[in-house]
Amino acid sequence: MSEPMLKAVNLQCERGDRILFQGLDVSIVPGTVTRVEGPNGAGKTTLLRILAGLNDSYSGEVLWCGEPRAWHREAFHRNLLYIGHRPGIKPLLTPLENLRSLTSVRRPLSDESLCQALDGTGLHGYHHAQCRSLSAGQQRRVALARLLVSDEPLWILDEAFTALDYHGVAGLEQLLSDHAASGGAVVITTHHDLDLPGMHRLRLGAGEASHEL
Amino acid sequence: MNSEAPEMTLAAVRVPVWRAMAAIIRRDLRASLRQRQDLLNPLLFFFMVVTLFPLGVSPEVSFLQQAGTGILWVAALLSTLLSLDHLFRHDFDDGTLEQMMLQPQPLFLLVLAKSLAHWLLTGLPLVMLAPVLGIMLHLDGNSIGILCLTLLIGTPVLSLIGAIGAALTLGLRAGGVLLSLLIIPLYIPVLIFGTGTVAAASNGAPVGGYLALMMAFLVLAVTLAPFASAAALKISLSNS
Repeated sequence: MSEPMLKAVNLQCERGDRILFQGLDVSIVPGTVTRVEGPNGAGKTTLLRILAGLNDSYSGEVLWCGEPRAWHREAFHRNLLYIGHRPGIKPLLTPLENLRSLTSVRRPLSDESLCQALDGTGLHGYHHAQCRSLSAGQQRRVALARLLVSDEPLWILDEAFTALDYHGVAGLEQLLSDHAASGGAVVITTHHDLDLPGMHRLRLGAGEASHEL
Repeated sequence: MNSEAPEMTLAAVRVPVWRAMAAIIRRDLRASLRQRQDLLNPLLFFFMVVTLFPLGVSPEVSFLQQAGTGILWVAALLSTLLSLDHLFRHDFDDGTLEQMMLQPQPLFLLVLAKSLAHWLLTGLPLVMLAPVLGIMLHLDGNSIGILCLTLLIGTPVLSLIGAIGAALTLGLRAGGVLLSLLIIPLYIPVLIFGTGTVAAASNGAPVGGYLALMMAFLVLAVTLAPFASAAALKISLSNS
């Protein structure tokens, strides 16, 4: 098994006076999909935000390629694609403009390949409509179009399946498997019944966590 | 899982920071131009506050000439305050702010770009509207010229300092009032030297020293405020 690209050691996080998790170890290895599971309020989103570097209120260590993440902030962010609850889509911009502004700061791409990515998520014919006129599922698809043009090896996706229809779910599952097969890693939370071959499960809940492989 | 794990390939492309800053400014300008009401509101507010003084205090030429600069500066300050709440709020609500925090470029430079876009959308229009209102308040041509110059130097300082307050109050539900209470004391030096410059000019005194001090404020704000705003953003997002 290859080296973990992202590793968290002895994580502890409190919210209010409640301990969400403690003594939690997470290893994200290239070529795997890790699903974070647990009931509502178990700290799934918090864990994902900690792994993505958005939440600093934790104790423990997070390592990127074996070294403390803080030493490699730029490299870490260049290799991470995070899509949260709020997917980062501006309602006043069109899908194409949104996708361009999200990707151009990481890897400039031609409009042609951006349009292809939007078509690939089933947004053909909507490239130039403002996103506020699109449905929730369509807006989610705009955000997910980033996955199609991504060169980041680490994907952290919070509730990525929300509002997607049947075909969208199947397409995304395929995308996740393909990404893992090509050497990437995915960390995902979902209430959707996701079961990919070889998927890792990380269970959170009731203040303690077990990492089942 | 396969027994032989595939090799991971790291992202290799490095986008220069000026390009990322330009992308943020372009995006903010484009989004705001599609929502013109948000652009117009601070300007209308500026206009209305200024017209309150001749109506409420005195329409006499001598009073307006004496108080005009102060009125214009205070009104510009208040309408900047009014627009500050939007600076990060929309980005926070739709998740663009999270994406900005995760960009590989240094966060303080991206925050600087956000502040610059804010100034282009609120500060600069105020500076352009000021001469018209100056004529309305019977200011003479020389004073109007100096006034616009001080506003041109001063309003970016207001945007940059205001960004710190906007970032700090982002996670709060009713951050608007608190934002004003935090930021107004920091605006006072800019206000004093802004109006002082015009007063000196109308007394025939040299204004070089005043302008140099205002420029010093601007330089300080450009170099230091983005660091504070970036740190405040990290705290606000960490707790959300």
